[in-house]
Amino acid sequence: MIDTPIITTRRSSGTDKNSDKFLQLNVGPSHPATHGTLRILVKLEGEMIRDMKLEIGYLHRCFEKMAETHSWNQVIPFTDRLNYVSAMMNNVGYVMAVEKLLGIQVTKRCQRIRVIVAELSRIIDHLVCIGANAVDLGALTCFWYFFRERENIYDLFEAACGARLTTSYTRVGGLLADLPEGWTSWCRKVIDNLPRTLDDVEGLLTGNRIWIDRTRGIGVISQERAIDYGFTGPCLRATGNAYDVRKAHPYYDYDQFDFKVITENAGDTYARYLVRMAEMRESIKIIRQALDNLPEGDVNVNDWAITLPPKEQVYNSIEGLMAHFKLIMHGIRPPKGEVYSYSEAANGELGFFVCSDEQGRPYRVRVRPPCFAIYQAFPEMCIGQTVSDAVATLGSLNIVAGELDR
Amino acid sequence: MLEIDTNLLESKLPGFSNRFGKDVLTVSDHRGDLTIEIQPSVLRDALMFLKATLRFEILMDVFAMDYSKFDPPTRERFAVIYNLYSVSQQRRVRLKVFLNEDKPEIESVHDVYASANWFEREAWDLFGIVFKGHPHLVRILCHHDFEGHPLRKDYPSDGYQRLKSASPAAGI
Repeated sequence: MIDTPIITTRRSSGTDKNSDKFLQLNVGPSHPATHGTLRILVKLEGEMIRDMKLEIGYLHRCFEKMAETHSWNQVIPFTDRLNYVSAMMNNVGYVMAVEKLLGIQVTKRCQRIRVIVAELSRIIDHLVCIGANAVDLGALTCFWYFFRERENIYDLFEAACGARLTTSYTRVGGLLADLPEGWTSWCRKVIDNLPRTLDDVEGLLTGNRIWIDRTRGIGVISQERAIDYGFTGPCLRATGNAYDVRKAHPYYDYDQFDFKVITENAGDTYARYLVRMAEMRESIKIIRQALDNLPEGDVNVNDWAITLPPKEQVYNSIEGLMAHFKLIMHGIRPPKGEVYSYSEAANGELGFFVCSDEQGRPYRVRVRPPCFAIYQAFPEMCIGQTVSDAVATLGSLNIVAGELDR
Repeated sequence: MLEIDTNLLESKLPGFSNRFGKDVLTVSDHRGDLTIEIQPSVLRDALMFLKATLRFEILMDVFAMDYSKFDPPTRERFAVIYNLYSVSQQRRVRLKVFLNEDKPEIESVHDVYASANWFEREAWDLFGIVFKGHPHLVRILCHHDFEGHPLRKDYPSDGYQRLKSASPAAGI
């Protein structure tokens, strides 16, 4: 369609005397460099960005409204589609909130499995972020190296829950299913291969003159401004602040794992790249420890008002049959109350605020998407730089439209 | 109505009850989440106090609630909730204000916390809460031609609207 071009340009027709100087450029909402449906309007002077305006909401799917019309467990598939690059973490974050509302603790084995899949998701998310960021700047090789590893991890997810991208692996009070036989040794093999790929890409990028020129000093934000904008996750840690939910408020025994919180001080695109790169190695360390200490036992809590009874009981006992029927037909009924639960997702603090009125459906589910706070600062990080710098910055912020627009 | 636990408030947020004591309506610690309900008129001052004196540097989230279908009924229909986090002390607090159904208005805090800007726009878009003093209070998630506020409980969950114009929102 020629009459709806992706990029349109027009001279701004303002009344101020400098108006001829500026060119107004519209990028998106469907543009290869936005990696999602983001619309960016920039006012250019030559190649310099003098003003920028963002328009979001192109991927709004009423997640919060839909959650109010489904049972607590039926919300889980919707959470896959928030940050679809690391769906497992959204699954874990959501059920953590419901479990906090119920006041229950899941079993140790379940906690460890959730840690393993969440850290694998973090690795995937960082792989995609760095890979795509490098593609935007013309380095295609890293992307292929990373996507090979990503496929291997998706194979693991497929074996565990049957789906690759939209996993829906967790359930309130447990998991869809325990890990299949041989999964842990397979997982070990996959993560043993990862450091080699990371070394390869580090060799290609970290000391690369072009990469450094394109990313160092680009898209800088100070720690103070980042905190004011509500930054969390790698983008905040790249400004020198060591806030990480896993260390500050350990859940699922994160305090017993030996890992470092990675920080950099520059707050630019290069620092964000270094943080993500090093965080993947820390995630590998966590996964190894979790696999070494994976306890035996059940993955679901033994409460038939929350998790389904074993099939054996459903077929052979009236209690089991009733519990199964009640749970399927009426769902879980958490007590009245409101809680805010948070976990460290790949982009930062992923918060879920849930409110129950005991009717079997959430009265309110509110997501606190880390991207939303980060993307707000994007104009401030880009004004005074060129359009190609904005592309580099956008890639390093890892804005996922599914999470941004919900 | 709940008795206000001033000891709890004083132990968690020293100085807060001294300053805003008479405007605090309830304090709760449900599942470890410290929640303070205050009068809307002092919200802005309370946030400034929490940021400057008690060092809650991050405004994590601002969102609204519609309690019209909640049982038992709450004091007003709408509530706006502010989730604060202190990076330096690693603790949280949640402020809650109830707003009148006919006139859901509250002061904007976009100049206290930069993160509030978009979160307030979202609460306006989805619930119709007016943030007085906000520089650009327009829809952010829904289309600019959308009518009504979809997350209100009286908006039907299948309330689709036909797109009236495909043109994007106005430029810079």
